[in-house]
Amino acid sequence: MSGLLQGKNIIIMGVANERSIAWGITKSLHNAGANLIFTNRQERSYNKLTKLLAANEIEPKLIVSCDVASDDSIAKAFGEIKEKVGVVHGLIHSVAFANKEELKGEYADTSRDGFLLAQEISAYSLVAITKAAKEVMTEGGSIVTQTYLGAERVIKNYNVMGVAKASLEASVRYLAEDVGKYGIRVNAVSAGPIRTLSAKGVSGFNEKASVIEEIAPLRRNVDQDQVGDATLFFMSELSRGVTGEVLHVDSGFHIIGG
Amino acid sequence: MDEIFDRVKALIVDHLDVEQEKVTMEASFKDDLEADSLDVVELIMELEDEFDMEIADEEAEKLSTVGDAVDYINSVQ
Repeated sequence: MSGLLQGKNIIIMGVANERSIAWGITKSLHNAGANLIFTNRQERSYNKLTKLLAANEIEPKLIVSCDVASDDSIAKAFGEIKEKVGVVHGLIHSVAFANKEELKGEYADTSRDGFLLAQEISAYSLVAITKAAKEVMTEGGSIVTQTYLGAERVIKNYNVMGVAKASLEASVRYLAEDVGKYGIRVNAVSAGPIRTLSAKGVSGFNEKASVIEEIAPLRRNVDQDQVGDATLFFMSELSRGVTGEVLHVDSGFHIIGG
Repeated sequence: MDEIFDRVKALIVDHLDVEQEKVTMEASFKDDLEADSLDVVELIMELEDEFDMEIADEEAEKLSTVGDAVDYINSVQ
């Protein structure tokens, strides 16, 4: 699959460490020849990212700071990308946040602030980023975000994040309609439970992963590399006829009724 | 015990970007080592991998100092 993304400039948001789904995506897109632009939020994540890239001999085209909670920060980041890179062909949105205390117990106990925070960082961020990305995707493009089955069904402890992901999936559809006329596609990958920093923030992660191994059609867990390769499909011309879609990369778990 | 402390210390220095000297048995992750909630979760995952064990959420919440982590690992190994 090498060369599938040769000459394509792709922005990756959300590499926190080597377990991040965004890191699995980084490896797949890098192997396909893409030029990668990374965004990071904090200095510590910048250090981690540069170390990780160096260790894997991946040369970033650009690293810019971007806090999705701030419109100014987004404008600045995309301004810098436009100036230094010019045209962008793809964007990976792999960003979410909720208070840990609200990822356990009863959903009815969710606070107003916690609800809004989860919606802002996990769903609205895709809206704001798509608006900004549209300006640099002058040759058309592809945007991919990360969702989870908890958006469609009740998954214990996922609570406020499930509702935020439902909002994210609906946003994928509305955004796909908005930017389709500019040749930009918007899709989501719904991965099975992967042992990432975010997943461990949800109470009882270890049990969720073992269920997949037991009852999913493929009887095995999902990893970052599988999501990376599915995302490669979405970033490439192979998926040129697909937009507004939620693709399950979950060993088939979502078809099981009980 | 010392060997576990050394391994825990190496992980903390690497992942929290802190000076070796700051990592003592009494050091609190949040107050002394300036770890935020995500850093703590990340550290717990590193400990799970390093010592090939699973740390249940209830147990993880009780680990607030380096010593707590060393004692916990010691008690289950």
